Amino acid sequence: MSNTVLFAILLLAPLIGFLFNGLRWKSHNAYLAGTVATVAAGISFLCSVVLVSKLFGEGAVPAVSAKFYEWMAIGGFNVTAGFVIDHISAIMVLVVTGVGTLIHLFSIGYMSHDERPSKYFAYLNLFLFNMLLLILGENLLLMFVGWEGVGLCSYLLIGFWFSDSEKAAAGMKAFITNRIGDAGFLLGIFTIFFLFGTVNFQEIIGRVSGVPDLTWTGPVTLACLFLFIGATGKSAQIPLYVWLPDAMAGPTPVSALIHAATMVTAGVYMICRLNPLFLMAPNVLNVIAIIGAATAVMAATIGLTQWDIKKVLAYSTVSQLGYMFLACGVGAFGAAMFHLMTHAFFKALMFLGSGSVIHAMEGEQDIRKMGHLKKYLPITHATFFIGWVAIIGMPPFAGFFSKDEILWKAFTSPHGHILLWLAGVIGAVCTAFYMTRLMALTFWGKSRVPESVHPHESPPSMSIPLIILAVLSVVGGWIGIPHALGAILPGHPGNWLEHWLHGVILEPAAHGAHPSATLELALMGVSVSLAALSALLAYNFYVTNPERPAQFVSKIRGLYELVYNKYFVDEFYFARIINPLIDASKGMWAYIDVNFIDKTTYAVSDVVRGMGSAAKSFQNGNLQQYAMYIALGVAVTMFLILR
Amino acid sequence: MPILDGALKVGLDHYLYLSAVLFVLGMIGVMMRRNVVVILMCIELMLNAVNISFVAFSRYAENVNGQVMVFFVMTIAAAEAAVGLALAVTVFKKFREVNIRFFEHLKG
Amino acid sequence: MLLSLITFLPLVFALLICLVPKDSWIRPVALVLALVEFAVSLYLFKVFDPAAPGVQLIERMAWVPEAGITYFMAIDGISFWLVLLTTLLTPIAILGSWTSIDNRIKGFHAAVFVLQTSMIGSFLAMDAILFYVFFELSLVPMYFMVGIWGGTRRIYATMKFFIYTMAGSLMMLLAIIYLMFTARDTLGMMTASLLDLYTLKIPFVAGSFLNPQTLLFFAFSLAFAIKVPMFPVHTWLPDAHVEAPTPGSVILAGVMLKMGSYGFLRFVLPLFPEAAEYYAWVFLFLGVVGIIYGALVAMIQPDIKKLVAYSSVSHMGYVMIGLFAMNMYGVTGSVYQMLNHGVSTGALFLLVGMIYERTHSREISKYGGLAKAMPIYTILFIIVTMSSIAVPMTNGFIGEFMILMGTFEASRPFAIAAVTGVVLGAVYMLWMVKRVFFGPEGELVKDEHHPLHDLSVRELVVMAPLIVLIFWMGLFPNHFLNYSKASIANFVENRDNYRLVLDAPATSEKSAATFDVKSDSVAKAGQ
Repeated sequence: MSNTVLFAILLLAPLIGFLFNGLRWKSHNAYLAGTVATVAAGISFLCSVVLVSKLFGEGAVPAVSAKFYEWMAIGGFNVTAGFVIDHISAIMVLVVTGVGTLIHLFSIGYMSHDERPSKYFAYLNLFLFNMLLLILGENLLLMFVGWEGVGLCSYLLIGFWFSDSEKAAAGMKAFITNRIGDAGFLLGIFTIFFLFGTVNFQEIIGRVSGVPDLTWTGPVTLACLFLFIGATGKSAQIPLYVWLPDAMAGPTPVSALIHAATMVTAGVYMICRLNPLFLMAPNVLNVIAIIGAATAVMAATIGLTQWDIKKVLAYSTVSQLGYMFLACGVGAFGAAMFHLMTHAFFKALMFLGSGSVIHAMEGEQDIRKMGHLKKYLPITHATFFIGWVAIIGMPPFAGFFSKDEILWKAFTSPHGHILLWLAGVIGAVCTAFYMTRLMALTFWGKSRVPESVHPHESPPSMSIPLIILAVLSVVGGWIGIPHALGAILPGHPGNWLEHWLHGVILEPAAHGAHPSATLELALMGVSVSLAALSALLAYNFYVTNPERPAQFVSKIRGLYELVYNKYFVDEFYFARIINPLIDASKGMWAYIDVNFIDKTTYAVSDVVRGMGSAAKSFQNGNLQQYAMYIALGVAVTMFLILR
Repeated sequence: MPILDGALKVGLDHYLYLSAVLFVLGMIGVMMRRNVVVILMCIELMLNAVNISFVAFSRYAENVNGQVMVFFVMTIAAAEAAVGLALAVTVFKKFREVNIRFFEHLKG
Repeated sequence: MLLSLITFLPLVFALLICLVPKDSWIRPVALVLALVEFAVSLYLFKVFDPAAPGVQLIERMAWVPEAGITYFMAIDGISFWLVLLTTLLTPIAILGSWTSIDNRIKGFHAAVFVLQTSMIGSFLAMDAILFYVFFELSLVPMYFMVGIWGGTRRIYATMKFFIYTMAGSLMMLLAIIYLMFTARDTLGMMTASLLDLYTLKIPFVAGSFLNPQTLLFFAFSLAFAIKVPMFPVHTWLPDAHVEAPTPGSVILAGVMLKMGSYGFLRFVLPLFPEAAEYYAWVFLFLGVVGIIYGALVAMIQPDIKKLVAYSSVSHMGYVMIGLFAMNMYGVTGSVYQMLNHGVSTGALFLLVGMIYERTHSREISKYGGLAKAMPIYTILFIIVTMSSIAVPMTNGFIGEFMILMGTFEASRPFAIAAVTGVVLGAVYMLWMVKRVFFGPEGELVKDEHHPLHDLSVRELVVMAPLIVLIFWMGLFPNHFLNYSKASIANFVENRDNYRLVLDAPATSEKSAATFDVKSDSVAKAGQ
């Protein structure tokens, strides 16, 4: 089949799934709806595998692409609905369709008791379609189409159970916060278009000059800054991360798909896509690195205190996204893509696992009411365990390789700094702690499950995706084994990923002495052992001595409250931005529209009316007065004539 | 008229003065009085003042046209008085008074 | 004769409606007639030449020869779509008012047709006086529509609407007369033909207010700014919309507001190029203020219809900044946004009308949870909302994107300020959607004595063309832009030439020389 046909099937399969389920939205048949949606996602996955395979082996091409039609053409601005799979989008498209298919499959079981499963699967397919537009679009504008489209689907899916006002509000919050980023993205598109005269990725990259823009207001810097604002919105970075924890109001598979594995990584993907451009804006890279590191640490600390299983995972996601931005910021775009991929595996796994737990606990999400679930949910426990090991960065699980790559680059890259590395390590230590805490409170220790709840393992349609993701969480990291480690391992495995991305992702020019492999191994040892210690501490806290956390917290009550309440960021936004804006709007309406403009016009009309009423008193219907006017008139006329 | 000859010659001027005085008196009455009957009488007075002018001019111009016009005026005056008084009677029946302000109530 | 036919056919229809003997026949007859008119206007596709940059299908006759006033009708790529929008929205408005207008049906439908004539006429007139006649004529049927079939405060709203618009257009009439006399003095003949007036060189002095071109510019601008409406002369709009019956709102928002922005495009910018260039910042500023102000005030409205009305202020602010960016992107975006606004705001007013018919309330706080009671309605409402807040793949995105891009090219600070409207637009619409459709069921929704029934077939038929257009215009903008491209390019090129003359204020010969050279290069760059 030609590329065009494959691309068409790849994109249209989810769209057809959406239309199929969307038109029978009233149906209660979760199995039919789910099967159709899963098959649609699966077809997309197969198509992308076929397309990606063309990048390999004999006669490999750097990219496969297809153009459909000219979307817009005005003046010099031409946008074609064209799609491309190159070495960067290949990773992303496989992750999205692959993990996406698994999550679709998982959803069949999870949503089987819901009132409107068809609607759910329709939205899920629509999301996949938009995500594919985002990934495969050959230009910034198509990416933006998908970018807003996934935001829309996220809005619809977070507010899926819209009867609950809070859930609907969470959807709205997500959309609006994303919109702030999107506004930045739009400005970025404009800057790039007027800078390069094109929005096509290939052409932009071809036209990037090799001279770094060292100013703060130069066009390249501005373009990157605007695009990064877009990325902070979609990828939940400071200051726009606030929507992501609330987004957990949606069904759990949605959290896994959209708010962990795929959509939220779009910002990272976009930056990697334009990496030659960002490399020319070192100031922006610094901003990205700092924001990424700050987000990684801040979200991880919040994660330490949360009681809602999904909230913990949500803050963990924010934190891990921070790592990816940290990687981008130090110029390690390859590491960012690597972590994006491994994170998609283990975080999707953990979210689906939490979905399985919630399903088993009949909707309960508070980990204080769980414990010792490994007895009831062996498969979930086993897979979640793998996810846990992967995320806290234990070798040889996936998270270790990607996270370590980021930390190493943060230390050695010309854009890196030891403080960035330190922030990364602190984040890793926190991650190890709260993830162990989550494991301990949910699966280990004593059972605190209420009498009325009888946890049960999920059906195979739910456990199969878990198992596949668990396998990926183990092996996913092996494609990017660092050279220092590869050299001492038997068989000397190379860094396949680095090779794959060579040419499409530029590394910042290194200066000075080449860092030694010993240093790399030493740093690796430091971060892994610190994380392991932290995990052991957490195990001690929550399994061995369950009373200790409370004692410890009572000593640092103030700090705990601050972190537990998420640093009061939401409250700050409400008190300082949203409420003043609403008050100002009310004031503007009352004072400008009603009082000022209308009153001014009334004043004008009053003048006219006053003149009218002055004239009106001459016409009061009193005949005798009229007669007098006539007489006066005659008299005056006579006077004038006879004068 | 031999007796008063030279002492008091009544000419056109005198008639016109009389006419003017009567007309102004009538006009003031129309404008000032509130009683409809009085107003009607004043209108009558104005009309008759005009009649005096007509007759005087007719005599002066040795032409009967003016006197013919007087008949028209008298006819109109009679008609007007009839209608006016009828209205006055109607208003009187309703309000027991013939003040002009009650005529406002005539409108629909 | 096609243009005259399209223009005056509705007037004939208005008379025909008056002859319909039975009241129950009026609606079907009116609908059929409106569809006939639409079909006739579709014939434009066949005769219109998209490649021609200037006006075409010219019809011209003497009207008042002593004053050089002619009956001069012509069409170009910009008025083309506006005419079609008018002929499309009229049958939709008639079908939409099927059950909501229940008294004096005959008069209502006659008014709709008279309105249609006046709107199409003002889009097609190429003679200033003829335009003025149509422009003013449109007030009369609208006056009756709001005044007779409107809500409780209809008289207040009608007066406000009428006086506001009238005050502005009187200034315009004076300005037109001034232009005609200027033509007599410089061209040697009285004329009101726009093509002749375009050639006038009206004296302009930068920096001073009291010179002919500046005064004329502001006189025209005031008339059109009120119609658009721009901040701060927008306050008639929310009142008129809230009181107008649904079809009135649809036509008012869908088409009549465009008469203002169209006026800027057809009169103000080409007639007074230097003043427009010099004072562009005023309109960019007011446009941006309108976007933000309209959005913020819309956000806190307690009444759905008023919210939509204020959103019009915000959307028309985009149209204005696009026009005054005066480049290809901005003007294209503006023209597109005019159509978008007609489609999506028209659809929003129809939807609001549908729910009002059921509950007789438009108060947001009394709703909630409507999504459960009326799911199809909700889906349509959300689609239209997405179009209104310019989500890609809907029509709104193309217009807004182009406008912002044009503004960005013309002035970055204004573009950055205008982009906040993208966020605020989402805020006011989604907040309203959340309060009306989501959450627990509100007092009007859970009323068990009057269960809300979802959309009827008629209502779906009313919405269908608009929903199709929302996606069609969003996915295949080229289908639409191809008809307007040449005209817009022509318009922008003329603007660019003036700008070059302005930039090079040397001796007249020299500037004329540079003008020629540069205009060639501009023409090439534009291709």
